[in-house]
Amino acid sequence: MDLNLSDEQRLLRESAERFVAESYDADHRRKMANDPLGYSPAVWKQFAELGWLALPVAEEFGGLGGGAVEIGILMEAFGRGLVSEPYVATVVLGAALIDRCGRPAQKQASLPKIADGSLKLAFAHSERAARFDLAKVATVANKTAQGWRLAGNKIAVLDGHAADEIIVSAHLHDHHGPSGRIGLFLVPATAPSLIISDYPRLGGGHACNIELSDVHLPEDALLGDGHDALPAIEWAVDRAMAALGAEAVGIMQTLLDTTLEYTKIRKQFGRPLSANQVIRHRLADMAMQVDEARSMALRAALKVDVAPVERARAASGAKAKIGKCARFVGEQSIQLHGGMGVTEELEVGAYFKRLVAFDTLFGGSAHHYARHAQLGRTA
Amino acid sequence: MDLTFNAEERAFQSEVRGFIAKNLTEEMKRATALTPSVFSDPDIGMAWQRALHKQGWGAPGWPVEYGGPAWTPAQRWIFETESARAGVPNVNVMGVKMVGPVIIGFGSPEQKNFYLPRILSGEDYWCQGYSEPGSGSDLSSLKTRAVRDGDDYIINGTKIWTTHAHHANRMFALVRTSDGPRQQDGISFILIDMKTPGIKTRPILTIGGDHEVNQVFFDDVRVPVANRVGEEGKGWTYGKYLLEFERGSGIASAKLREGLKAIADLAASDLTGRAIDSADIATRISEVEVDIDALEMTELRVLSALQTGQNPGAVSSILKLRNSEIRQAVTRLGVDVIGHDALAVEPMRPLYRLNHEPAIPEDMLTVVPEYLNGRAYTIFGGTSEIQRDIIAKMMLGI
Repeated sequence: MDLNLSDEQRLLRESAERFVAESYDADHRRKMANDPLGYSPAVWKQFAELGWLALPVAEEFGGLGGGAVEIGILMEAFGRGLVSEPYVATVVLGAALIDRCGRPAQKQASLPKIADGSLKLAFAHSERAARFDLAKVATVANKTAQGWRLAGNKIAVLDGHAADEIIVSAHLHDHHGPSGRIGLFLVPATAPSLIISDYPRLGGGHACNIELSDVHLPEDALLGDGHDALPAIEWAVDRAMAALGAEAVGIMQTLLDTTLEYTKIRKQFGRPLSANQVIRHRLADMAMQVDEARSMALRAALKVDVAPVERARAASGAKAKIGKCARFVGEQSIQLHGGMGVTEELEVGAYFKRLVAFDTLFGGSAHHYARHAQLGRTA
Repeated sequence: MDLTFNAEERAFQSEVRGFIAKNLTEEMKRATALTPSVFSDPDIGMAWQRALHKQGWGAPGWPVEYGGPAWTPAQRWIFETESARAGVPNVNVMGVKMVGPVIIGFGSPEQKNFYLPRILSGEDYWCQGYSEPGSGSDLSSLKTRAVRDGDDYIINGTKIWTTHAHHANRMFALVRTSDGPRQQDGISFILIDMKTPGIKTRPILTIGGDHEVNQVFFDDVRVPVANRVGEEGKGWTYGKYLLEFERGSGIASAKLREGLKAIADLAASDLTGRAIDSADIATRISEVEVDIDALEMTELRVLSALQTGQNPGAVSSILKLRNSEIRQAVTRLGVDVIGHDALAVEPMRPLYRLNHEPAIPEDMLTVVPEYLNGRAYTIFGGTSEIQRDIIAKMMLGI
């Protein structure tokens, strides 16, 4: 039992924090917020040079073989800078799904390119009618003589606009009809009959809705050999939630630091706001919740590879708890900044919006407490 | 980073399990489960202390030269976790965890030689004389006075919320020996024999129906000057040192988890008409479980820092606050889970020696008293409001 950072982990944290402090300042964030792409290809290249895109990729595919704890260290620093590059979509979700589901040739074709920065991915899974139920997929992949024909509608695809290839989930239908299995397909973003409706995402970055109307794909577009991909999807989303939880911790820490400074400087009734006990106690509660969130993000990261039920409970517990803490810390940061907190003139609002996006992504606190409870009964 | 135990730690874990299996009697287990107050009755608690002492585990936090077992923080974690899981009785923490460390840190060689072995063996039972009717959160305003008379102090005044004063043969107390420029000055830390003439104890019943705390009166009580720990007038420093131990002994999550498990078991049983089938109850159990997970991780992070000799700092206030709040959440949930059976009042104590059939199932007897008595968790050892002040000052610098 040891929760201290190793020397390598400490170095990773230092380099990530240094990068964010030096290259990812308020000016850069403002530029990105108004940029049609929403992120910087130059920064993506830097990520590749720093080895961050190779971080979780296995060494045999040109990666560094890092784990969820390393990803969490990076994500917490990204949160502090409100980084908007498509890291989760490509490196956390995309690389994980290909690594777990792909055939050797598919891994060889994609993973080295993810690691060197030449391939960006997105994961198109959520559908409107499914809400947060990962098992509910209405998109269909029909087996044809030449390969597959996909039809369906996906929503809230993280950074889909930036992706070279999109991993699309669909129910597999063969010659006998529905197989009861979900498959994952690697779809080129430029495929005909694929309509991407891009929108700027709350709190930075982009997302899109995707309409697939008879997208024809070759046989080998299917990742793996047709086994049900649902366990892999749940596994990958649990990993993503752990990573996003760490990012939320970084965001919350920045909000706490900023708000603390503000209450020391801002004077009303002839004294700093922080001289009032009601303010001091609010800040103490915020600090406590940031600390609890940090514990839960780390816990989820340390449990991404344990048995499925325990992993899923750790991930849902973390998502629910961090979401709750995030709403509190975010809302109180605005409250303690007073009227200025509600304006776009300060950055508090941008950080808050990213937290709201975090809370809703893959399901909010209520959904994940319910999932946690449901899984507890099956444990 | 690693959340799992290594081979040595696992070996120690089986050693602890083996010890508990051999020494924890069914009677002790039942008595502990049916104790709705914070502390076990001394006959139960001290029997466990004697067993621990025989094993050399009487005081896990003490240095080896005074009889501590020289455990690593991870071993202490394992010991506390296994103890909570098995439902062992509470020992006299006022001795082992409170006055013991102060005597070790600031006591004379004579005091160490006399008192420490008696704490380990369970021969002495200690109570804490801190709060007074006029001095709660503002503890250093205390007025109980010790006036020097030759080789003695003569003590007059009163202490309140004194846990188990009616069982204890010794008290450690903060008393005023002079009036300094600040109210923290002039306080001394003194050890009192409870059989000294002039000491009277008045029981105070808590709202759960338990006699655990008392008010203690001192009327010209003569205590040798040799019973003062450390320097005269420095008692506040020693007292604060002790409070950090009280707040940050740091391993509370395992007990909370067992408490929640008991409630979840009730919720899943026919005794409550399967309360857990209500989505609201099921979700609230998960919410509390997740809060315990978070507290446990924070405890483990602190423990890891301690392993490498880092100081955890003001996080002891966070641990105290969250532990007390979660404990209250568990007991609140308990009341809601047992439903109509929360109406039944069982005034007899101890609950493990009732001479009649209780009105509700035995497993439910402690639920309401624990909820009621448990309101004290956010009050004793420094209220939640005081803890938030400490966090603001020590962690946030405001």
